[in-house]
Amino acid sequence: MIISVASGKGGTGKTLVATSLALSLKDTESVQLLDCDVEEPNDHVFVKPVITGSEPVHMLVPTVAEDKCTYCGKCAEVCAYKAIAVITDHVLTFPELCHSCGACSYLCPEKAITEEGREIGILELGQSDGLSFIHGILNVGEAMAPPVIRKVKEHARNDGTVIIDVPPGTSCPVVEAIKGSDFCLLVTEPTPFGLNDLVLAVETVRELGIPCGVVLNRAGVGDTKTEEYCAKENIPILLTIPLDMEIARLYSRGVPLVKGLPQWKESFLGLFDRVKEQINGRNRNTER
Amino acid sequence: MEEIVILSGKGGTGKTSIVGSLAALAKNKVLADCDVDAADLHLLLSPSVKQETEFWSGQVARIDEHKCNECFLCQDMCRFDAIKDFRVDPVSCEGCGFCSHICPVEAITMEDNMSGHWFISDTRYGPLVHARLGIAQENSGKLVAQVRQQAKKIAGEQGLDYIISDGPPGIGCPVISSLSGASLALLVTEPTLSGIHDLERVLGVCRHFGIPAVVCINKYDLNEENTRKIEDYCRSQDIEVASRIPFDNAVTEALVRGVPIVEYGDGRVSQEIEKLWQNISKMLEDARKK
Repeated sequence: MIISVASGKGGTGKTLVATSLALSLKDTESVQLLDCDVEEPNDHVFVKPVITGSEPVHMLVPTVAEDKCTYCGKCAEVCAYKAIAVITDHVLTFPELCHSCGACSYLCPEKAITEEGREIGILELGQSDGLSFIHGILNVGEAMAPPVIRKVKEHARNDGTVIIDVPPGTSCPVVEAIKGSDFCLLVTEPTPFGLNDLVLAVETVRELGIPCGVVLNRAGVGDTKTEEYCAKENIPILLTIPLDMEIARLYSRGVPLVKGLPQWKESFLGLFDRVKEQINGRNRNTER
Repeated sequence: MEEIVILSGKGGTGKTSIVGSLAALAKNKVLADCDVDAADLHLLLSPSVKQETEFWSGQVARIDEHKCNECFLCQDMCRFDAIKDFRVDPVSCEGCGFCSHICPVEAITMEDNMSGHWFISDTRYGPLVHARLGIAQENSGKLVAQVRQQAKKIAGEQGLDYIISDGPPGIGCPVISSLSGASLALLVTEPTLSGIHDLERVLGVCRHFGIPAVVCINKYDLNEENTRKIEDYCRSQDIEVASRIPFDNAVTEALVRGVPIVEYGDGRVSQEIEKLWQNISKMLEDARKK
C-alpha cells in the first residue's frame, strides 16, 4: 500500500506527518519512507537514517559524433525542447533543456547521436531503527526534479507500507510523486492560504483518480472555512493536530512528533487505520 | 528598475505574508506572484482583474484510433510511460513528439496545450501580475517567465522603481525561472533544522546564478539557538541578516482578514518588516552607487 503525503501549500506539516506516521508503524509493519521532495528533502533531519548506499541519478542527453554527422538538421527539427541546434556545420546541444525523450538519437539518419548520462542528483538509501529510508537530492542549479523522483519511486517495495513525502505545489514534481498512490493525505492548516492551496491539491489528486483525506494541522489558528470546505466536498478529516508551541519547538529541533510526545503514536496508528478503512470502503464501492 | 524576488527553499516560512507587507510599504512598484502552482498573494491584495490571458505552452500527443494499427511502437518507445492501450495519458505526456515522428501509419498528432492563465490586476498597492497553472500541468517555469516579462513591461511603461515578486518554494525549475537576472533575492527562513537545511540549498542556487542574497529570519523566537546558528552561518557566507521577525498570531489574524500585517497592527512584526524594507532599499541604493 502506498500512502503519499502532499499539501499544495508548503510548510503545512507534510514532513511532520510523513515521518511520524512512518515511525509509528515501523514496529508492527514493514514500512518504507520515500522522501520525494527532492528539491528540499527534510525527512532525514527527523528520522536520522544510517545511510548504507547511494547512487547517482542520470539523465540521458545526446552526444553527437561529428565525424558521422551530415548536419541534416533532423535532430533539431524533432527536438520539442530546443535542446539541440544545427548551425551550418556545427551541432550545439543544451543538456539542461533536454528531457531525455530519445527522439534525436533514434531518428538521426546517420546514427551519429548516442546518449550519455548527465548527473542531476543522487539517491541515498538507509535504515533508521527498522525503518527503510530513501531520499532523492536534486543537485543545486538543476531544474528538473521529476527524473530524480521517478528514480526514488523505482525503489518502492511491492509489499508492506510505503509512505511518500511529496513536494509542495501542484505541478509536475507533485504529479510524479503521487502517481500510483493508493491514498493521498493532504496536510493543511486552517488559514486562507492553506485552504486556497488545499482546493488546488484536491483538484490535482482527483485528476489522478487517487482518494484523499485531510490532516488538519495547527488547528485553532485561523478560521473554520477549511472544515466547511471538507464537509461540503465530502473529504474526511482523518487527523487534527492543534497549534501548540511545544510541537513547533520539537519540529524546530528536528525531533519527530511521536518521539518528542510519544502519546501521539496512538493518534498516528489511528490515522493509519482510518486510511485503510477509506481505501477498503472505496474498493467495496467499486466492486458493487 | 530593480527586481526583488522572495524565496525560501522550504515552504511556509512566510514569503507571501512578507511580500504582502512589502506591497504596502514600497512605493512605485509592480507586484508579481511567481508561485504559479499555488498562488496565494491575491488573498492579501484583493486584486480586480483587468486582463486575463490564456497561457498556451507545450503540446500533448493524441492518437487517432481509426488510423492506429496497434503496432505498439509508440508505447514501447515512450520514456514517460504516457501511452497505455493505444491511448495517451495527458498528465504523463511530456509533449516531446517522439511518438508522432515514429508512428508508421501517422496516427499521432501533437496538439497545443493550454496550461494555465495569467492576469494583470489592479490592487490598492499598485499593479499585480499573477497566474494560475492548470491542474497537474507542466511548464510552470515558462509561466513564471511570462509573469516576470509582463511585470517588467508594466514597470517599464509606468516608470516604476521596483518589481517585487513572490517566489515558489524549492530550488527547481520555477525557482530558477523566478530568480535568473533578478537584482536581489530575499531569502525568508525560520529557525528550524529543516529551514536551515533548505536555506543553504536555495542560497546555493542564488550563488549558482550569481544573484546577490539577503536573509530574513521569520519566527526567530521559536528557537533562538537555531536563530544564532543561522546568523553564524550567514556571517560565514558574508550574507546580511536584514531582519528578525518574532512569532505572533497577529500574522494569521491579519491573513484571515485578508490584509497585510503592517496594515493590521503596529506590533513588533510590523516594525521588523518596516526595518526589513528600509534595509533592502538601502542595499539596492548602495549597489546602484557602485
